[in-house]
Amino acid sequence: MAELTAVVGIGQTRYQSKRLDHSMPSLVREAAEKALADADCGWADIDAVILGKAPDMFEGVMMPELWLNDAVGGAYKPMLRVHTAGSVGGSTGIVAASMVQSGIHQRVLCVAFEKQSESNATWALSISMPFSLASVAGAGGYFAPLVRGYIRRSGAPEDTGIRVAVKDRQNALKNPLAHLQLEDISFDMVANSPMLWDPIRYLETCPSSDGACAMVMEAEGLASKRPGKVAWIHATEMRSEPTSFSGRDQVMPQATLDNSAALYKKAGIQNPRQELDCAEIYVPFSWFEPMWMEGMRITPINEGWKMTYEGATALDGDFPVNMSGGVLSSNPIGASGLIRFAESALQVRGLAAAHQVDGAKKALGHAYGGGSQYFSTWIVSSDKP
Amino acid sequence: MSENEGTDPIEVLRTPIQLDYDYTAGVSASRFLRAVAKGKLLGQKCPVDGRVYFPSRGSCPQHGVPFEDGATVELPDKGTLVTYSIVRVPSENIPLELPYITVQVLLDGADTVLMHVLDAGLDDVRMGMRVQAKWKPESEWTTSMTNIEYFVPIDEPDADYETYKEHI
Amino acid sequence: MRDVAVVGFAQSANVRRETDRNEVEILIPVIQELRKTTGVQNDEVDFVCSGSSDYLAGSSFAFVAGLDAVGAWPPVCESHVEMDGAWALYEAWVKIQMGYADVALVYGFGKPSMGDLPLTMALQLDPYTVMPLWPDAVSVAALQARVGLDAGIYGEREMAERAVRDRANAKANPCAQVKGDFTVEGILADPFLANPLRKHDCAPISDGASAMIIAAGDRARQIQDRPAWIRGFEHICEPMDLGVRDLTSSRSTAIAAEKAGVRSDKVDVAELSAPFTHQEILVERALGLGDATDVNPSGGALAGNPIMAVGLARIGEAARRVWDGSADRAVAHATSGPCLQQNLVCLLEGN
Repeated sequence: MAELTAVVGIGQTRYQSKRLDHSMPSLVREAAEKALADADCGWADIDAVILGKAPDMFEGVMMPELWLNDAVGGAYKPMLRVHTAGSVGGSTGIVAASMVQSGIHQRVLCVAFEKQSESNATWALSISMPFSLASVAGAGGYFAPLVRGYIRRSGAPEDTGIRVAVKDRQNALKNPLAHLQLEDISFDMVANSPMLWDPIRYLETCPSSDGACAMVMEAEGLASKRPGKVAWIHATEMRSEPTSFSGRDQVMPQATLDNSAALYKKAGIQNPRQELDCAEIYVPFSWFEPMWMEGMRITPINEGWKMTYEGATALDGDFPVNMSGGVLSSNPIGASGLIRFAESALQVRGLAAAHQVDGAKKALGHAYGGGSQYFSTWIVSSDKP
Repeated sequence: MSENEGTDPIEVLRTPIQLDYDYTAGVSASRFLRAVAKGKLLGQKCPVDGRVYFPSRGSCPQHGVPFEDGATVELPDKGTLVTYSIVRVPSENIPLELPYITVQVLLDGADTVLMHVLDAGLDDVRMGMRVQAKWKPESEWTTSMTNIEYFVPIDEPDADYETYKEHI
Repeated sequence: MRDVAVVGFAQSANVRRETDRNEVEILIPVIQELRKTTGVQNDEVDFVCSGSSDYLAGSSFAFVAGLDAVGAWPPVCESHVEMDGAWALYEAWVKIQMGYADVALVYGFGKPSMGDLPLTMALQLDPYTVMPLWPDAVSVAALQARVGLDAGIYGEREMAERAVRDRANAKANPCAQVKGDFTVEGILADPFLANPLRKHDCAPISDGASAMIIAAGDRARQIQDRPAWIRGFEHICEPMDLGVRDLTSSRSTAIAAEKAGVRSDKVDVAELSAPFTHQEILVERALGLGDATDVNPSGGALAGNPIMAVGLARIGEAARRVWDGSADRAVAHATSGPCLQQNLVCLLEGN
């Protein structure tokens, strides 16, 4: 029943800690313009706009999509604003796709962004009620105990996270848009960086970035006529579970296992490690690479760290992960999920330039958020399903 | 005053925002906090599976049902440290000196963990250690979990991994 | 297009201030009532979507707690919009249209009483040039009211008549907050709150939650004898800047109504989310409503205005009148942003 839909245009801004050359409207406009140019479309060709970003308290603007809608050509058009915590970028992509997959619109634009330089994210993330003890120091403080739990369960060597951090920053050197361009990144550099929330070190942590990402999606009738490669959306899936309840597995949540099972079933994939060529997954703290390899059923439980160790997830490995440098190299929070989806589409369209995986035809895009409770994923391919 | 005053492009504009909120703890959380003000730790039993939630929020998030008024369980203030992290990065809302240890404690009799802080040597903290609450002086107690200043290790053998591994 | 209908609706009583209950405690009985009246349990729900605003709650990710009221176990396919529940309903309707889902649960909630709502809404405005002036929501609406009055688009008597009508209708609505018999003269004798708006021209501040079940095809027919079929569902957003749009009409409402096919036949009932009397007039005209339409039988937003739940509640109130046979065609309206910036129109039919 779903209309086949494709990503036909992608636009990303250069990610940087402070884009002082941009206001919020011009930041989103830059990404939108780039996506339109890539899709060889004008503003008038877009039927609807879907905007996504993380908590409004970051930039201090309530429901900023109302103010920003003009900047992305949404005046007098339908506009939706998605907010699903950290996975919002992914959800934005999924909601945008559904607008076309439902047959309601022929062509839509989605944009996700964050202007961290105009935010106080740490403050916004640690607002607590006056009657509770504020001891969780930001996202890292929340996830560090879970990482410790993973290490305990899997027996992973303690330096697994360091290896992920090095690999992603090396990939970033091949992505001119990535925020962190650490020419001299090395194992020792990461290992010697200050420990922030044990066992997570400074250089195993994502940066705080300004940036925006946009995509144009089109119905099959239009996309099939294009000369260049488009990224056909084979399947999308979202799963959520409560933040905490007795017996909840926070390290390997049921929601990610259900999400991946349902996603592959829809996409007709039996062996994801073989059938997928690469993946862009949401890794804000290095250890989440092995953890989500397991959550996305690329490897069996407790074996995700082996993929990192073997070099399988490197750009020249058998299952490259985060070729763009990932969230560890650029993290405009509200956009990061959409960037994963966009980069997966970029790969199967063969447009990733220096960080392209040769011959990539089918890729996974992944985002997660909240207390590891929201998961948004999709599979795109250069071939129709 | 510079010659260029008024002609340089404005790059950053600082706009202070102040909004005041009266937060509501909620009916169940209020009952829980009033008990804490008296030094009591009250857990609540889920009517579906009997698991004891602490701190309690009035409903079971897994089953979406409210806890019944009478189904409270008074818990001791000691338990097992199930996992922890050593924090070395400051945050505006947290008035603790660095580095500090955040912990998840499974109080004896509870089926959910409490997030708090531990006063112990950085090299001593480990998963499974037995801990006890150190309360502030009673005269300082209010309706807040901060009545417990921190947890401290106690002289009991570490809990077996099997007894708490479900909670990591 | 698949046939999708509203088959269940529940809401909490709109009150000025829920002093004791938090958002989850308000939501749980609403969702429980919905399950009871429709018989739809979690295992049948394919998609969950909600609408709320962090700035109402005064903390980031406030919507996360809302999921606790659903009992999302086993894990559910779920999404959220930082908008009124009416737009969450739209996202859910689209999910059914694309064939992903057959049954969806939607809810919206908010406790604006915890903060200063008119002041908080100043944060929606351009942060560089407008918000620092802290224009509160009532004053901003008053600017629009002034434009309309001076242009002769409506008069203050017409505005007061809306308040009288809505509050009188609300007497029959157990969930409404402001209800009773008022007179135009009595209202016009009141002092101005923000000239030309008087207190009665403004929706109250309300805490509340609303929830809804929509279902496709035969399942809808099993739950309701006379499902409220969604036959038109459109929304349009105008530019925010008050200076670049016509404040004497609601152009986006008119566009949405046209696309939804509102005027292709009679409209028996209309439920409007306009939070000010002059805006009610503008929306009525944009929808092309005539004397034959029963407007705001529930009292509308002027009787109870739980932000983030009010638009969804209008759709629910309209659906109720289709179910009970008092309406064959009903239109519900939701709005967002200053001076009717963004508007949603949902057309329901019983046949």
